Amino acid sequence: MIPELGHYALVLALVMALAQASLPMVGAARGTRPWMQLAKPAALAQFGFVAFAFLALMQAFATSDFSVAIVTQHSHSQQPLIYKLSGTWGNHEGSLLLWVLILTIFGALVALFGENLPPRLKARTLSVQAMISIGFILFMLFTSNPFARLNPAPLEGDELNPLLQDPGLAMHPPMLYLGYVGFSIVFSFAVAALIDGKVDAAWARWVRPWCLLSWTCLTGGIVLGSWWAYNELGWGGWWFWDPVENASFMPWLIGTALLHSALVVEKRGALKSWTILLSILTFGFSLLGTFLVRSGIITSVHAFADDPTRGVFILALLTIAIGAPLTLFALRAPTMRGGGLFAPLSREGALVMNNLLLATMCATVLLGTLYPLLLELTTGGTVSVGMPFYGATFVPLALPLLLLMAVGPFMGWKRGDVRGALQRLIAAGIAAFGAAVIAIWMKTDGPILAPLGLAAGVWLLIGTAIEFMERIHLFEGNAARIWTRARHMPRAAYGMSLAHFGLAVAIIGMTGAAAWKTEEIKVLQPGQSLSLQGYDFKLESVGGIRGDNYLADQAHFIVSADGEFIADLYPERRQYLVQPMPTTEAAIRSTPLADLYAVIGEPDGKGGWIVRVYHEPLVSWIWFGALIMVAGGLTSLSDRRYRVGAPVRAGATQVAKA
Amino acid sequence: MRRLVFLLPVLIVALLVAAFWRGLDPNRDPSALPSALVGKAAPAVDLPGLADGAPRLQLAAFKGKLVAINFFASWCVPCRAEHPYLKQVGAELGVPVIGIAWKDKTEASRAFLAELGDPYAATGADENGRTGIDFGITGVPETFLVDGAGIVRYRLAGPVTPETLKGELAPAIAEARK
Repeated sequence: MIPELGHYALVLALVMALAQASLPMVGAARGTRPWMQLAKPAALAQFGFVAFAFLALMQAFATSDFSVAIVTQHSHSQQPLIYKLSGTWGNHEGSLLLWVLILTIFGALVALFGENLPPRLKARTLSVQAMISIGFILFMLFTSNPFARLNPAPLEGDELNPLLQDPGLAMHPPMLYLGYVGFSIVFSFAVAALIDGKVDAAWARWVRPWCLLSWTCLTGGIVLGSWWAYNELGWGGWWFWDPVENASFMPWLIGTALLHSALVVEKRGALKSWTILLSILTFGFSLLGTFLVRSGIITSVHAFADDPTRGVFILALLTIAIGAPLTLFALRAPTMRGGGLFAPLSREGALVMNNLLLATMCATVLLGTLYPLLLELTTGGTVSVGMPFYGATFVPLALPLLLLMAVGPFMGWKRGDVRGALQRLIAAGIAAFGAAVIAIWMKTDGPILAPLGLAAGVWLLIGTAIEFMERIHLFEGNAARIWTRARHMPRAAYGMSLAHFGLAVAIIGMTGAAAWKTEEIKVLQPGQSLSLQGYDFKLESVGGIRGDNYLADQAHFIVSADGEFIADLYPERRQYLVQPMPTTEAAIRSTPLADLYAVIGEPDGKGGWIVRVYHEPLVSWIWFGALIMVAGGLTSLSDRRYRVGAPVRAGATQVAKA
Repeated sequence: MRRLVFLLPVLIVALLVAAFWRGLDPNRDPSALPSALVGKAAPAVDLPGLADGAPRLQLAAFKGKLVAINFFASWCVPCRAEHPYLKQVGAELGVPVIGIAWKDKTEASRAFLAELGDPYAATGADENGRTGIDFGITGVPETFLVDGAGIVRYRLAGPVTPETLKGELAPAIAEARK
């Protein structure tokens, strides 16, 4: 009964979305206030119905109701409860429902907290948001009904893919979707502004918190996914340039550009049409990612539905959702009046450079992702694009961006003093040079990118710290006065410093992990050991253990260095009972300097085990850095400016913390 | 002119959509690995024999006969998996299989065949991987069908399994015999 109610709620949500998409839009054109005001109750009701449908599906998963088809396909009664619940979005249909849920959450938030938006803009924004919902609810109802029943119901289900049974991945999709789909509201604001024909500082101010919230969630989501890959896939890697990873990375790159260009619109009234374009494209890349993952058009480890009819449907959605606004953009944007002149060497100029670099980086990733497909379609050849391509194209673009990031915040609006900025950055330059020299000295035969990446990270780290200290005049006056200054500094400024600082930390981690990773593979009998980077990994024993829904071989390694005990490591090789698929659980000992990472493989049949161990320098810096970036985003979101005189009150921050 | 710049995004999207549309063709298999060699003359094979004291392996010696060329290595796990089915290619389908040990130490390849049995009509050692590159293999195992005229007729990138044996290799052999 409950699944039917869920299905019905979805149909009602569609009806609400139809009302929300049409009446307020017409009302805004005619100036009929009651029609415009209809957007608010419609958005709230739509959210209510979708939330009900989502809870109904979750209930089916929680109670292992195998009469629901996707529960049978993706759950099992012996599965731990957390993975039963996360199974709700561990499949195509359920994740689509989560997609729509987040779409309506953002609609409802704008409806609730957008009291000081101009009524026309609000009505149009919510109307556009509802149009996106219509497309996706229709997609679900026609091709991917999450509530489809099975009769007779099987007694037992097929279990969630064991690879997905990991705490990191239970949280990864909701977080990622909050970011991905969150940009939909920015998109809706942009389309509404295009229809309105007016983009001004106030518009940028209304849009920025939503953009920031989505960016923060997207950052968190990408990192959770990366963390999962590191822990679960057992190759000691954290980023593979897989098409699906790229699909989440492209909106991040363009979204980051948007975050900075909207700042220029807000402060100086320049870059308006560019910002509108970025708003459309950011969500466009989210849709592109959805298409790539769900249409089966490319091969990827992550892709979860390959059904051509679904592909055609999403392609149609993508075409309308991106094509129509871009056509509108081509018609309206040329007539938009730019404002705020600025010298090339200024804060604005630096932000334009930031945007150009980020957009080019995104184009590079897009090219690398689609090139195999385009080549196959035009010449029939097959290639795979991987690390070497991105190392040669993406990294050289990232380095100048990092250099610029330290300088930009020192530049004044309109006209900046580059010389003064560089003078104040002398300490950062010296530190960066020192880091590069140390990197070369420690490892003379390492890749050239290692010292460069490290230097760029240190440069940004110290540069950001100097900028922060100057801002609170750390070396002037007594402690009380510094404290007052620090307290009165806007949270947004703290947010920027934190986010830049976090990226610097993460870059240092990525460089170290990518350049200096070492590994050793060997067949070991219990009692034997292997050594790597001065660490001795002794395979003490291998024993069988039993989990809720799996059997596992668990190895016990004793790690020591120079005879001194360092750690016990217990990697597992799990065999899930329902899906006969072995998964690896790496055992990792993290220290700020390096991770020791051990994986146990197959037995060789003669009493030995294939053992892989990795020494991964600085990996924990990546996670720590990303955490700081997320903290930066949240800090900035809590800025007073967004609450006083701007539409977002507490709502945005509450969601972010949830 | 200025307007054209603003039209650019929508044009790029239109091109991409057209490409995606073609990519969604249900007959297209995104994981297929077509070989550029199919329909062309097979590269020359002239390798030292794998077995102790064996003569050199030369593809030219098999002229006039349909043969299968199988690239394998002792370090490759799927090669171990496909090993039992290679015998069937020779015994049941009547096509002699030539084994080429690719990027493998000769001693290790010999031990591999000693342990599992030797399903090959002839074997060669491609220690530096040069012949594998000539054939454009992406890894091991891979199997090629070369007809009597020395033309590559088919390529299987991946292990021979009961499914690929029945579903792909057998029809390809029948086709090549026509």
